[in-house]
Amino acid sequence: MLNSSFIIYRLVEVMFLARVVGNVVATIKDPQLAGKKILVVQPVDSAGRHHGSKLLALDSVGAGAGETVYCCRGREASFPWWPDEVPTETTIVAIVDRVNRANVNDE
Amino acid sequence: MLLAKVVGTVVATRKDPRLEGQKLLIVMPLTPEEVERGQKSPSAAKTNYLVAVDTVDAGYRETVMIVQGSSARLASTCKDIPVDAAIVGIVDTVTLK
Repeated sequence: MLNSSFIIYRLVEVMFLARVVGNVVATIKDPQLAGKKILVVQPVDSAGRHHGSKLLALDSVGAGAGETVYCCRGREASFPWWPDEVPTETTIVAIVDRVNRANVNDE
Repeated sequence: MLLAKVVGTVVATRKDPRLEGQKLLIVMPLTPEEVERGQKSPSAAKTNYLVAVDTVDAGYRETVMIVQGSSARLASTCKDIPVDAAIVGIVDTVTLK
């Protein structure tokens, strides 16, 4: 039987907005990760409120601390460096300028 | 990707032939705050742990980065082997702003 909470988790978590809150230094790492920035991100909802726990993300766009970004999860997270196969599960794929959000409660 | 601390090793004699020669470690996920504070060991209340394949020669009590899911197979020594969590880096420092 399919676990419905797992399906919801995937739908919600495949791409998400996050804020960059820190960085990680690692000298010894997979050769494919050499020269790539590892950042700590805090997932946020569309209103900018913290949502869920912090995780590590590999940076593909040059994001910095305090910026709102959006992240891609799963196997697709390594696609920014395609055809290189970079072992990353979460990648920052864009820096967010602004979020336009309809107020669903008004409808 | 998650931060975790190596808390043990796993020995398995009977296993998938493609896992031969791979080091299996028990890791406990940590939050970035715990790593920044330099917490020596995960809090006793924690019971969640993972078995991860080591690709960077990590050792006991080291703070590591783990990759979960199909991306774990992309790690340098994990090509096309049945792996769901891989250690891909040894963490020196974490800085939170």
